[in-house]
Amino acid sequence: MNFPILTSLILLPIIGALFLLFSKDTNSNTIKYVALFTSFVNFLISIYLWYLFDVSTSNFQFVEDREWLIGLINYKVGIDGISILFIVLTTLITPLCIVSVNNTIKVKLRDFLIAILVMESLMIGVFCSLDLLVFYLFFEAGLIPMFLIIGIWGGIRRVYSAFKFFLYTLLGSVLMLVAIISIYWITGTTDIIQLYELGIDVKYQNLLWLAFFSSFAVKTPMWPFHTWLPDAHVEAPTAGSVLLAAILLKMAGYGFIRFSLGLFPIASELFTPLVYSLSLIAIIYASLVALMQEDMKKLIAYSSVAHMGFVTLGIFTFTQQGIEGSLIQMISHGLVSAGLFFCVGFVYDRMHSRLIKTYGGLVSVMPKYSILFMLFTLAALGLPGTSGFIGEFLILMGAFKDNFLVAVIASLGVIFGAAYMLWLYRRVIFGNLINKDLLKIPDLDYSEKFILWCLAIPVIFFGFYPEPLINTIEVSVKNLIEMYNFEININTLEPKK
Amino acid sequence: MNDLNFIAPELFISLSIMFLLILGVFKENSSSLIHNLSIGLLLIVGLLILNNPIDKNISLFDGSYVIDNLSSFMKILTILGGVFVLSISTRYLKLSKIFLIEYPILILCSILGMMVMISSNDLIVFYVGLELQSLALYVLATFNRDQLKSSEAGLKYFVLSALSSGLLLYGCSLIYGFSGSTNFNVIGETMNSTHYGLTFGIVFILVGLSFKISAVPFHMWAPDVYEGSPTSVTLFFAIVPKVAALTVFIRFLYVPFVNMIDQWQPILIFISIASMIFGAIAAIGQNNLKRLVAYSSISHIGYALAGLSIGTNEGIQSSIVYISIYLVMNLGLFTCLLMLKRNDQYFETIDDLSGLTKNHPVIALSLMLILFSLAGIPPLAGFFAKFYVFKSVIEQSMYFLAIVGLLSTVIAAFYYLRIIKVIYFDEEKDKYDTDHNIWLKISLSFSTLIILLYFIFPSKLVEIVSRINVI
Repeated sequence: MNFPILTSLILLPIIGALFLLFSKDTNSNTIKYVALFTSFVNFLISIYLWYLFDVSTSNFQFVEDREWLIGLINYKVGIDGISILFIVLTTLITPLCIVSVNNTIKVKLRDFLIAILVMESLMIGVFCSLDLLVFYLFFEAGLIPMFLIIGIWGGIRRVYSAFKFFLYTLLGSVLMLVAIISIYWITGTTDIIQLYELGIDVKYQNLLWLAFFSSFAVKTPMWPFHTWLPDAHVEAPTAGSVLLAAILLKMAGYGFIRFSLGLFPIASELFTPLVYSLSLIAIIYASLVALMQEDMKKLIAYSSVAHMGFVTLGIFTFTQQGIEGSLIQMISHGLVSAGLFFCVGFVYDRMHSRLIKTYGGLVSVMPKYSILFMLFTLAALGLPGTSGFIGEFLILMGAFKDNFLVAVIASLGVIFGAAYMLWLYRRVIFGNLINKDLLKIPDLDYSEKFILWCLAIPVIFFGFYPEPLINTIEVSVKNLIEMYNFEININTLEPKK
Repeated sequence: MNDLNFIAPELFISLSIMFLLILGVFKENSSSLIHNLSIGLLLIVGLLILNNPIDKNISLFDGSYVIDNLSSFMKILTILGGVFVLSISTRYLKLSKIFLIEYPILILCSILGMMVMISSNDLIVFYVGLELQSLALYVLATFNRDQLKSSEAGLKYFVLSALSSGLLLYGCSLIYGFSGSTNFNVIGETMNSTHYGLTFGIVFILVGLSFKISAVPFHMWAPDVYEGSPTSVTLFFAIVPKVAALTVFIRFLYVPFVNMIDQWQPILIFISIASMIFGAIAAIGQNNLKRLVAYSSISHIGYALAGLSIGTNEGIQSSIVYISIYLVMNLGLFTCLLMLKRNDQYFETIDDLSGLTKNHPVIALSLMLILFSLAGIPPLAGFFAKFYVFKSVIEQSMYFLAIVGLLSTVIAAFYYLRIIKVIYFDEEKDKYDTDHNIWLKISLSFSTLIILLYFIFPSKLVEIVSRINVI
C-alpha cells in the first residue's frame, strides 16, 4: 500500500488540535500559528493530491481499505473527480477561517481553534469516505464542533440557533442511519464501490431514497426544511458562518450526487418532479425573502438557500452539463459565500451591527473593501467572468435540455438574485454617508485583504478558465451518468410483473 | 464436591462478607480498612471468575446453576461496576458522615445476590438471588438515614419492590404449577402445549423483572429513589442491578420460553418502546441531575430491551454490548457528579453546572463527551451501542421499532444538549473544590477515554460478546 495520503489529510488537523489541547496558554498568537500551520500544510497536501490525481479515469483513487468493525464494515476512503474538489475547497477555507479569528474571537481562542480543526478533519472525512457508515460517522460527528462553535461564540440568540441546528440535522440523519443499516441487510455490504456494482433492488429504492433525502434535504437546505439555516448563519461567529455556508451545505449536494443518484437511480428518476419543485420554490421563495431582509447575514443566508436550489436542480437534470454545473456551482458558492460572509464579518467587527441601514456610503471610507465586496456580489449573481456564471449557466443549460418550463422559472431566480445582491450592495456601499460613526472606521488590514484575495483570485480565475475544474470532474460525471442511464434502461426494458 | 469448585467466586465472596463483618465488629474505626479490603476482595473475585474454564457451559447442582460465557461476562461487569462504585464513593461517604463499615458489606451482599441471579437456571435459585440483592439495596437506599429524602427513598423502594417481588413469586408458582418444574431447562423440555397458565406466569415474571430494571410502566419508583439515595448509592442503582436483571431477562426468556416468543415478544416490544419514549420526554422537565439520570436510564433500558425483544443471538449480544457501554457512560457521569463539591457540600442540579468549562475545563470536556455519547452521537461509544441494537432490530425487519427508537434519540438529545448548553454557554458560578482523590480521577479518565476512543477498536468488545450464545 502506498502512503495513506487521505488518512493523513484527515488526521493532520486532529493532531494539530491535540497539540493545542495540551498547550497551556489559551489566548496568544502562538497557538494561532500552530493551527494555521497545520491547516496550511493540509492545504498543500491537498493541492499535491490534486496534482497527483489522474483525471483520465473515473475509478476511485488513493483507496485505503482497513478492517474496522470486523466482519461488518471496513474503514474505506478514496476519491474520484467528484470529491477531490471539495477536499481542496475544505482545506482552502479552513486556514482562512483561522486567519480571520484575530478580531472576531475574543474568548477561548484555543478552544475555538480546536473546534475548527476537528471540524476540518470531519469534513474531509465526509468527502472521501467510501463506506456508508463511515460517511455517516463523519457526517454526524460534525454536529458536535459546529454546535459548540455556534453556541459558545455566537450572537445573542446563539442557544436557540445551536439547538435548532443540532436537532434539525439529527432528526434528518437518524432516518439515514436506518436506511444505511437496511442497505447492509439487503445487500450485505455498505461499501460504496461494491454497492455501485451490485445495485440495490428496485423495490427498496424508493423508501431508501426518501430516508437519505430527509437527511440531505435538511442539510442542503431545501425548502421547507431550511429554517435552521438563517438562524444558524446569523448567530454563528464569522468563521462558523463561513464553514457552514462554504462546506457544510456542500455535504448534502455531494451526498445527492454520490448516494441518491449513484445508489438509487430509479428512485431518483421517480422523485425528480419533487426535487424540481422544491428547488424551484427554494430559488424563487428564498430570493424574494432575501430581498426583504434588513440583516446582511440573513440576506446572504437566504441567498445560499437559493443557490443550493440551483445545485439540486442541476443534479436532478441527470445531464452532463447539469451535474457538472452543480459541482462547479457548489465550489463557486463555497468561495463566494465565504467571501461574502467574511465581508459582512469585517464590517461587523468595526461597527458591531449587521443591519443594512447602519451602513451606506462605505465606498468613501473603505474603498478597497468596496472593490472586493463588489467582486463577490457580482460573482454571487453570476456575472460572466466569475465562477458563479459558469455554474449557473451549465445548470440552466442542463435544465433546458430536460424541461423547458423548469429552466425558465429557474432563470427568473437569476434575475431575482441580481436584484437582491445589487440592492444590498447599493445600500451598503453607495448612497450618502449618514451614520457619522462610519467615518472613523479603517479600511481592510493586511490579514483581511489576504483572506479576501485568496478567495477572489480563484473566483476570477475559474470564471475565465474553468478548464481545470471541468477536466477534473468530467470523467467521473460521465461515468455516473452512463451508469445511471444503464440502470434506467434496464429497468424500463424489463416487463413489469 | 466437584460442583463447589466452580462456584469458588461465590463462596469466596460469602466468606469475605462474613470475615469483613467480624472484622468490623471487633476492630474499632475500621471503616477505611474494610472499604479498601472489600475493593481488593472484589478484585480477587473477578480474577477467580476469569480463572474458571469457560470454554463450555457448566451445569451445577442438578442444572439449577450454570456457568457459561454469559454468566462470566455479566459477573465481570457487575464486579467492575462494584469496584468502581466502592472506590469512588469513599470521599462522598466521608463528607456525608456515613462512612460506615456496613456500606461496603452491603454492596458485597448485593453483588453476591446478583452473581447468584446471573448464574441461576432455576426459579428458586433466581428468586433467592434476587431477594438477597434487593434487601441489600433497600438498606443502601436509606443509608443516609438522618435525611428525610433518603429514608423516604428506601421505604418507597422497599414497598414497591416487595409488591413486585410478590407478583414475580406468583408468576413463578404459576409456571411451576403448569410445567411441574422450577428448572429452566426442564420447563423448556416439558412444555409441549402452550397453556394460558404459562402465559400468565410469564407476564407476572416480566412485570417483576421490568420493575427491577425500571422499565415503563413499572418505573415509578426510579426517579424518587435515585434522587433520594446518597449519590454513590444512586450510581450503584443506576448501573449494577440492571446488568443482573438483564441477564435474568435473557435467561428466563430464551432458555425455557424461547418457543413461546409469540407470547412475550409483543409485551417486550411495548415495554421497550414505552420506555424509550417516556424516558426521553419525561427527562426534559427535570432539573435535578439524579432525577434526570433516572429518566435517562429508563430510556436506555428501553434500547437494551429492544435488542432482547428480537429473538436472535445477535439481538441478545447487541443488548449486552449496550448495557456494557451504558455502564461506562453512567460511571463517568456520576464521577463528575461526585466531583461537584464546594465547602463539603455536593451539588446536583443542572444549574449548578453553569459555566463549568470556565473553572474546570477537564471535567466539563469529559462531561460533554459523556453526554454526547449518551445522546448517541458518533463517533462516541454510545453511538456504537445504539448502532448494534438497531442493526439487529432492522435485520429482523422490525422497522417500526427502529424508527421509533431512533426518533426518540432525537428527543433525548434535547435534554442532553440542555446540560451541555448550561456547561458551555452559560455564565460561570463559583469554583468547585479541586481536591479530587486519585480514584475519582482514574474513574473519570477511564470512562472518558473508553467513550472517546471506542471507535478506534470497535470490534474488541463485540468479539468478546459474540461468544455468548444463549439460544
